[in-house]
Amino acid sequence: MAVAIQLRGVTKRFLTPSGGVYTALRDLNLTVEPGEFCAVVGPTGCGKSTTLGLISGLEPPSEGEVDVFGQPVKGIAGGLGYMFQTDAVFPWKTVLENVAAGPRYRGMSHREARVKARDWITRVGLAGFEDRYPYQLSGGMRKRVALAQSLINGPRILLMDEPFSALDVQTRSLMETELLSLWSATSASVVFVTHDLEEAISLSDRVFVLTAGPGTVKSTYKVDLPRPRNVAEIRFNPRFIEIYEEIWKDLKDEVLVSYERQKRGAA
Amino acid sequence: MSVRSAARLNLAANAPAEQAGRPASDLATGRRQQARRRRLAVYGLRLLLGVAIVVGWELGARAGVIDKFFWSQPSDIAATLWRWVTEGTDLGPLSDQVLVTMEETVGGFFVGSIFGVIFGVVLGSNRLLSDVLSPYIKGANAIPRVVVGALFAVSLGLDIKSKIATASVLVFFVVFFNAFQGVREVDRNLVANARILGANTRQLTTEIVIPSALSWIVASLHTSFGLALVGAVVGELFGAYQGVGELIYESKNLFDTSGVFAGMALLAAIALVAEALISELEKRLITWRPPVATETRI
Repeated sequence: MAVAIQLRGVTKRFLTPSGGVYTALRDLNLTVEPGEFCAVVGPTGCGKSTTLGLISGLEPPSEGEVDVFGQPVKGIAGGLGYMFQTDAVFPWKTVLENVAAGPRYRGMSHREARVKARDWITRVGLAGFEDRYPYQLSGGMRKRVALAQSLINGPRILLMDEPFSALDVQTRSLMETELLSLWSATSASVVFVTHDLEEAISLSDRVFVLTAGPGTVKSTYKVDLPRPRNVAEIRFNPRFIEIYEEIWKDLKDEVLVSYERQKRGAA
Repeated sequence: MSVRSAARLNLAANAPAEQAGRPASDLATGRRQQARRRRLAVYGLRLLLGVAIVVGWELGARAGVIDKFFWSQPSDIAATLWRWVTEGTDLGPLSDQVLVTMEETVGGFFVGSIFGVIFGVVLGSNRLLSDVLSPYIKGANAIPRVVVGALFAVSLGLDIKSKIATASVLVFFVVFFNAFQGVREVDRNLVANARILGANTRQLTTEIVIPSALSWIVASLHTSFGLALVGAVVGELFGAYQGVGELIYESKNLFDTSGVFAGMALLAAIALVAEALISELEKRLITWRPPVATETRI
């Protein structure tokens, strides 16, 4: 079977407003197997989010190739879910309309889409909130809406860009556990971008460490912790701590490099 | 800020005190009473200010401090209004004058708003078109637009058409710029999300771009209804058979300042009623926003 996602020698440059060229990613190689949960960690500004933009087809690479299930990415691929870092639920739609949006855009009738949406709203634990508008929900609940919105389309690939970074610690670990249980019922490959190593290890099968920008894969780690996992408790597992220490040694250098640069930039 | 939101803010500010010893229901009742007292005080002071101005004006005019001939006096203005209501104006029944002006205003408001929204959305989503047209639009916007009233009075005649045209030109630019800005300011994340979810260009426009621009557009309707009224009245001043503006013009020609003031009072009443209607419309159109945000106007 073809790999789910493959990035080969990918470089991404942006034009800065002042006319310069900013290289976000440099010669990046990355492979994700079908059904695999991968986390991408790295210091601030190393191009983690850019990677997701390339896989989704929202942004084309400057050099290199991006393949999804063996097909080169041209424009936005179908079968893809994307959870954004900031709130991207539609503020003028109710919870029900928000979740039903995907199926409707893909040609399902209003009525069918609503039935399907109700089911997903129940699955993410928002039953009874169908008619609320996003402003009437808490941050955690809005994330649940976004999760249902992404999963309802039955994506083969789910891209997540620090989706829980704005949540408080308790809500966050609840959402993480819930994400894992929802994901285990699908066969989706996940690319989960985060700057939080603990989150990366507790969720994923493999962790990619990116270098300080321009980002490229520095090293890859396999996380051989048993599933199903309880995110709130797995961090006490001795193996978890071992893996954490191993990856952190690697990541620390990059974080320091990035920090030094920021200090110099600010000075 | 409206009285209601002031009361609400007041409640919110005191909320942490809820944790104190007294039972919550007690505190809530106390707070409600406090809010009601405040509301009454504001209404009372408003009334007092209005009475003070009217009485001061009347007494000033009677004592000769204020020249009645130029500045009239409240009792004369009220008498003029009363005469218009009971006996009709020189131009016919008062209701006809008010209705004509309303018709012109509402007509101009709708025509201008519809064109403003269409042009705003189209130009907002088409960068080439907006780049090509922008110097012309900026130029047209720089002209004091009430002067087109003169042009329309000649080209469209002295009846209702020329007033609607004048009013709609004034309305158009305000709504246009807001719709344009609204479309430009659409959250990139929302667009990306909709595209990922599978929205096509038409769905992006109707479900993301327009709803997002709607709060800008609706906000502009408050200003633009006022401008529609300005357009209608200015149109009437350039030449008309009927309307409140024409009534003011006639009164001016007769050196009847009471008539001018009476006309102004009528226009103020029309504007206030319209403002209330638009606020209601706003509430209906934009249900998805937290209610407090819509009440930050005066």
